[in-house]
Amino acid sequence: MSTVHSNRKIPRFGARYIFEARIRTMTKFVWIILAVTILNPLLYLISIGVGVGSLISHNLGPHGMDGVSYLTFLAPALLAASAIQAAQDEVTFPTFQGFKWGRIFYGINATPQSGSNIAGGVFLAAMARTVLGVAVYSTLLYLFGAMNSPHSYLAIPIAIFSGAAFGAVMLAFAAYTENEDKFFTIVGRFVVGPMFLFSGTFFPITNMPLAVQVFGWVSPLWHSIELGRYATYGHKISMTMVVIHFTYLLAMLVFGLFFAFRQYSRRLEK
Amino acid sequence: MLAHSLSTMTVLRVRVEPDVLAFLLTERAYKKLDSTTMSENLIEVSGLTKKYGDFTAVDGIDFHVRRSESFGFLGPNGAGKSTTMRIIAATSQRTSGKVSVLGKDPEVEGPQIRAHLGVVPQQDNLDIQLTVTENLYIYGRYFGLPDKFIRAKIEELLEFAQLDEKRNVKVDLLSGGMKRRLTIARALVSEPDILILDEPTTGLDPQARHILWDRLFRLKENGITLLLTTHYMDEAEQLCDRLIVMDKGSIMAEGTPLELIKKYCSKEVLEVRFGSDKNALLAPAMKELCERIEVLPDRILLYTDDAEDALDSIVRAGHHPHTSLARRSSLEDVFLRLTGRSLID
Repeated sequence: MSTVHSNRKIPRFGARYIFEARIRTMTKFVWIILAVTILNPLLYLISIGVGVGSLISHNLGPHGMDGVSYLTFLAPALLAASAIQAAQDEVTFPTFQGFKWGRIFYGINATPQSGSNIAGGVFLAAMARTVLGVAVYSTLLYLFGAMNSPHSYLAIPIAIFSGAAFGAVMLAFAAYTENEDKFFTIVGRFVVGPMFLFSGTFFPITNMPLAVQVFGWVSPLWHSIELGRYATYGHKISMTMVVIHFTYLLAMLVFGLFFAFRQYSRRLEK
Repeated sequence: MLAHSLSTMTVLRVRVEPDVLAFLLTERAYKKLDSTTMSENLIEVSGLTKKYGDFTAVDGIDFHVRRSESFGFLGPNGAGKSTTMRIIAATSQRTSGKVSVLGKDPEVEGPQIRAHLGVVPQQDNLDIQLTVTENLYIYGRYFGLPDKFIRAKIEELLEFAQLDEKRNVKVDLLSGGMKRRLTIARALVSEPDILILDEPTTGLDPQARHILWDRLFRLKENGITLLLTTHYMDEAEQLCDRLIVMDKGSIMAEGTPLELIKKYCSKEVLEVRFGSDKNALLAPAMKELCERIEVLPDRILLYTDDAEDALDSIVRAGHHPHTSLARRSSLEDVFLRLTGRSLID
């Protein structure tokens, strides 16, 4: 058998084409995305930041929270939490859409694109959305006077890094999930909700009994918040802990992507 | 030969355009292509087996597909057609056997092979949140094609798929037939060497099917290599130069539609209905009149060289069917003969 075919080039770094398509789809929902990105932080800043904040400064003084104002204390936490939420939304829904609801991944996989490329493209697009969210949120924080510590800008890359870490793990989880109803119930009620409450977002987790603190230790949000507070206003933790927090998040990112890429390919091959 | 070929269509009373009918001259089309371009095998498969746990979906099949040939897999649901297609399309791994597509092994050079294929899956997987043109555009990008090339191609494809008026409509709002045509157009965006269609017209109404068949004929005219699965015998007869009949993971027969009918069937078939309770009862009497019969729940089929004659002798023997239909043999009869079952259960 002779081969008379010109070998068509396989696109290099194929994930960028999936990224392109994802961004195109996201722009269809641009108003919803913008509304969520702006309104959500506003509601938090007004209710908790200003409302609860005034209560705290009234009782503990203007620097009553970890030696800083409540808003300063809160800023890295809110930023990281929003990054994690945005990343999760943009990795889980497209994954279910792609494998199950509209099966579009099977269409993409019929082209030279591989499962890893598709996973990579979805992840990159989720990161774009995360960066947008963090940019908007940090602007609002600035306007509310919550970005007034000398290194407050460091909260931005740390939040994005946390979003990437959690997003990578969720990308893998979503790819392993056959029944998305269960996924949303479990992740929504038992992962994201408790994570937000027990990661020291609104108060230091050391205020809680040790048994409850364990929830915080496994939570990427807690590691991110500790890093953020350390970087922005010098929250007192040891260098060892800084390394642990960073390594924990990095491990989530690496393992998450590894399993996501692998499962995307495997599931498409079934 | 023409009469024979055409008459296989009369069962369904399908109306087809004259230029389309020309393609039913399978043997002639076959010969013409044979002398020119059909010498090269684009696909070679031997001993192909695919197992899912204990279940054997494809059980050691062999076949080859030549350039510019229109090759079909006919068989009921679960015969292993789609599995075979997915292995050829380099999106599913085989358990054992040899597969060569465009001279390459899909297990080793999957992306390289897929770069030369156009795939129309059984289930539409268009991006319903995007418009018609956007779907074509992003698909071209997945092949890494340059912007300028894709934009020009889109115009060509919109015309081909008769979707020009719908170019900016969200795919969600298209009819089933339009979505199918868009899926075919999408598969053509990269100018593939082989177009693979899995059940292209399943679930479409008759009119939408005919529009689709017409489009596929045009592609055939242009010399594209077509690979399609179907459980509609009329589709196989119309579109395939050559086909294999599959059942339970194995190949039951292979040949041109005409060859298969000639080999496994009588020239004509007489269908008689005596009413559902009486059909089985009268089967022995029918057996006396005709050497091969098939008793189905709703009717009896008599395989004969002259159906009118057979009907006369039934009446002379004193039996009076409620309805009768004299027709030429079709691939449906071939399948029934080979498996003892109908294509669509």
